[in-house]
Amino acid sequence: MINLNVNGKAFQVSAEPDMPLLWVLRDLLHLTGTKFGCGVAQCGACTVHLNGEAVRSCITPVSRAVGKRVVTIEGLSTDHLHPLQQAWLELDVPQCGYCQSGQLMSAAVLLKEKPDPTDADIDAAMSGNICRCGTYPRIKKAIKEAAKLQKENTHA
Amino acid sequence: MKTTTDKSRREFLKSMAILGSGLVIPFHIVKGMGRGAAAAGVAAAAGNGPSFFAPNAFLTIMPDNTIQITLAHVEMGQGVWTTLPMLIAEELDCDWKDISVQHCPPDPAYNHTVMPLIITGGSTTTWSEFDRYRKAGATARVMLTEAGAHKMGVPVSSCRTENGYVISGDKRVSYGEVAIDAALLTPPKDVPLRKAGEWKYIGKGVKRLDTPEKVNGMAKFGMDVQYPGMLTAVVAHSPVMGGRPVSFDASKALRIAGVRKVVKIPSGVAVIAEHFWAAKKGRDVLKVTWTDGKGASFGSVDQAKRYREMASTDGDEAAKKGDVVAAMGRATKVVEGEFLFPYLAHAPMEPMNCTVKVTGGSCEIWTGTQMPAVDQANAAEILGISKENVKVNTMFLGGAFGRRATPESDFVSEAVEIAKASKEFIKLVWTREDDMKAGYYRPFFIHKVKVGLGADGMPTAWHHNIAGQAIMDREKKLFPLSGKIDGSSVEGVNDSPYLDSVPDHFVGLHSPKEVVPVLWYRSVGNTHTAYAMEVMIDAVAHAAGKDPIEYRRVLLKNHSRHLAALNLAAEKAGWGKGLAEGHFQGIAVHEAFGSFVAQVVEVSIRNGKPVVHKVTCAIDCGLAVNPDGVVSQMEGGIVWGLTMALYSEILLDKGQVMHNNFYDYKVLRMFETPVIDVHIVPSTEKMGGAGEPCVPPTAPALANAIFAATGKRIFELPIMKHFEV
Ligand code: FES
Ligand code: FES
Repeated sequence: MINLNVNGKAFQVSAEPDMPLLWVLRDLLHLTGTKFGCGVAQCGACTVHLNGEAVRSCITPVSRAVGKRVVTIEGLSTDHLHPLQQAWLELDVPQCGYCQSGQLMSAAVLLKEKPDPTDADIDAAMSGNICRCGTYPRIKKAIKEAAKLQKENTHA
Repeated sequence: MKTTTDKSRREFLKSMAILGSGLVIPFHIVKGMGRGAAAAGVAAAAGNGPSFFAPNAFLTIMPDNTIQITLAHVEMGQGVWTTLPMLIAEELDCDWKDISVQHCPPDPAYNHTVMPLIITGGSTTTWSEFDRYRKAGATARVMLTEAGAHKMGVPVSSCRTENGYVISGDKRVSYGEVAIDAALLTPPKDVPLRKAGEWKYIGKGVKRLDTPEKVNGMAKFGMDVQYPGMLTAVVAHSPVMGGRPVSFDASKALRIAGVRKVVKIPSGVAVIAEHFWAAKKGRDVLKVTWTDGKGASFGSVDQAKRYREMASTDGDEAAKKGDVVAAMGRATKVVEGEFLFPYLAHAPMEPMNCTVKVTGGSCEIWTGTQMPAVDQANAAEILGISKENVKVNTMFLGGAFGRRATPESDFVSEAVEIAKASKEFIKLVWTREDDMKAGYYRPFFIHKVKVGLGADGMPTAWHHNIAGQAIMDREKKLFPLSGKIDGSSVEGVNDSPYLDSVPDHFVGLHSPKEVVPVLWYRSVGNTHTAYAMEVMIDAVAHAAGKDPIEYRRVLLKNHSRHLAALNLAAEKAGWGKGLAEGHFQGIAVHEAFGSFVAQVVEVSIRNGKPVVHKVTCAIDCGLAVNPDGVVSQMEGGIVWGLTMALYSEILLDKGQVMHNNFYDYKVLRMFETPVIDVHIVPSTEKMGGAGEPCVPPTAPALANAIFAATGKRIFELPIMKHFEV
């Protein structure tokens, strides 16, 4: 049995230690918001937070998550109103939506580390996330919008 | 509108499947939906009269004011989850917040208004549903008004509707309160629709209805289907195109914890396990012997050689005027181009998948599909049961771009075969590699083009031969080819507006057959024809010593919509004015799916490679129902077009696909995405599409910009192949 902390809740799963965290989340814990896109750390659809860091869960063995805090899209905010989610709604970012959990999880770490990201910061942080629908221009705008919202919230 | 009949019973059984983790998957089962039943529709819950109001197949109003809208088209990113409800809301006067949306079941009531099947494709949804969905809303409003007037004891003529209420003076009743009464009325035969000046939603736009669930992980794609007792299947396919499994050794696979069964199916060998990871590990150690199949001798190098030879001779006639050979002989100058377009994989973000449960004589399917009724029929055939016994639940599509519309339902059929052979409730999941290698590519094409110019520099002879596999096939049950020409191989060339003003021309087509399966891919034939035409025109303008925009303006003088897009794009891009040092522009304009799109691409060359800085786009799609949705399709289509132009190619050697995943099938990423500036031509012309017309001009405009920057004409795609160090 492996003990995990996901979105602040404790879980016990029976899995081989080399099983990727992605499949533990999706197939054993039924948290399907985290997506499978490539399986080889190329697309970012599977991005989750491990102790606040963005990781590709498709190549992260579940053993690495033991004793750490795992946060998935389902736990990004309690009210689904993280500044990024608000900005995504405001600008209607998603098309098919399949990549968007990963985009949001990558962007969340960026925004925490760089509250005022430049275009270059956004390019650097987000280029590991593929969007086949091509929503990049809106993602970029929405990250900047979220940065503003985040500032307003902290100043309020 | 059909009138209500007693026999017509539409039964919605709304259920919620609640899984262990608290995950909720809502689904509905529609029972006994014959054409009439779906189209009319007084519902009977437990046979006690109506429990909701469903004046047609597209709209149901519940006593709790819920407005349930059923889509005859699927949401794959293009926004129909919002656009179709806008059309209903425009006439219904409901509260936007009360709307809930679902995909339709595979019932003929939801057939496309211009094609005899349920299909989402060809950028047709908005214009083809413009009247049907508005009428659905208007009919309901008339009936609700009548029921409301009756309930309030006022004349119908004193009533108006607003935001989900029937209002008369200071009295009002909600739609929900009179839904059951309305259900007992006979729907009016014809209802007047509102004039453009009265529109509240159309042309103005609203926020997408699917965004909330797409930002919190709750949107359910085919990949996310999970039920108790469901297992996951991963399939080993033949490494060689067209190969079939002969035998297999599963002894190692079956020793992997979680692996339950290994079964042979026509397309391969499936490992079935408790979860994806176990199934995938099982497949990795599976030993399969394959027949080599027809594909073993197939290679891209040889294919190019064969097609070049083919295109050197005249193919089947797709367009002809005058005597092109004689006219070419009289030309003062001849410009030639031989173009190569590789196979392309769609590679939508969500790999192919399908969940199937077979119980006794019936079957239930959950998947993301562009043609649910085709999948239903194919599944029924495999199982030897009637179509009515196959339920298809269409989930959100994690991108499709044509890939989820195969006439033989390839991945759905495979899942059904696995369920049949294993007798298990399974979800088939393809890995990215499976997806990349399984075929259904945009066909490989060669174009050979020769253009003769007159003394004034304008084209007088255009000789154009194309070689490439047809998507339509005479032997196919669905979309059979009639005649010799598959229109999708030549669209954009044989109907090119440029040829109008070329007195002598010939367009020929060779349609060889190959083992590699091919399919429509976002904007279909226009992916290559627009490139060949727009790069040629640019080359011809250059040979004539003319500005490429001026040259196009002359040729397109009788094509006002092309011109409007061209001029707007040129103006907004500041064509030829104030460009940064080392920056160059290229332009292209093309009509596809009834819309006219022009783009200006701005590039520079850095470290010997092209860098794309900006794409300015203008579209005339007629009325833009949801303008921001159109803009978003243009943005996405341009990113798609840049990926295709710069990077995309699928090569084969000895029948094996040489690409695996996004590391060797590159797609555009954030850091290389240019600024995209989209403008909509104000237009009252005929409505066209949005999802596909944005793609065709991008690649040629980019190639023309690279020519402006380097003097290098790129005839073979992808572009980056020519800039490798
Ligand atoms: S699925 Fe993990 S990076 Fe693509
Ligand atoms: S929204 Fe479809 S892949 Fe990003």
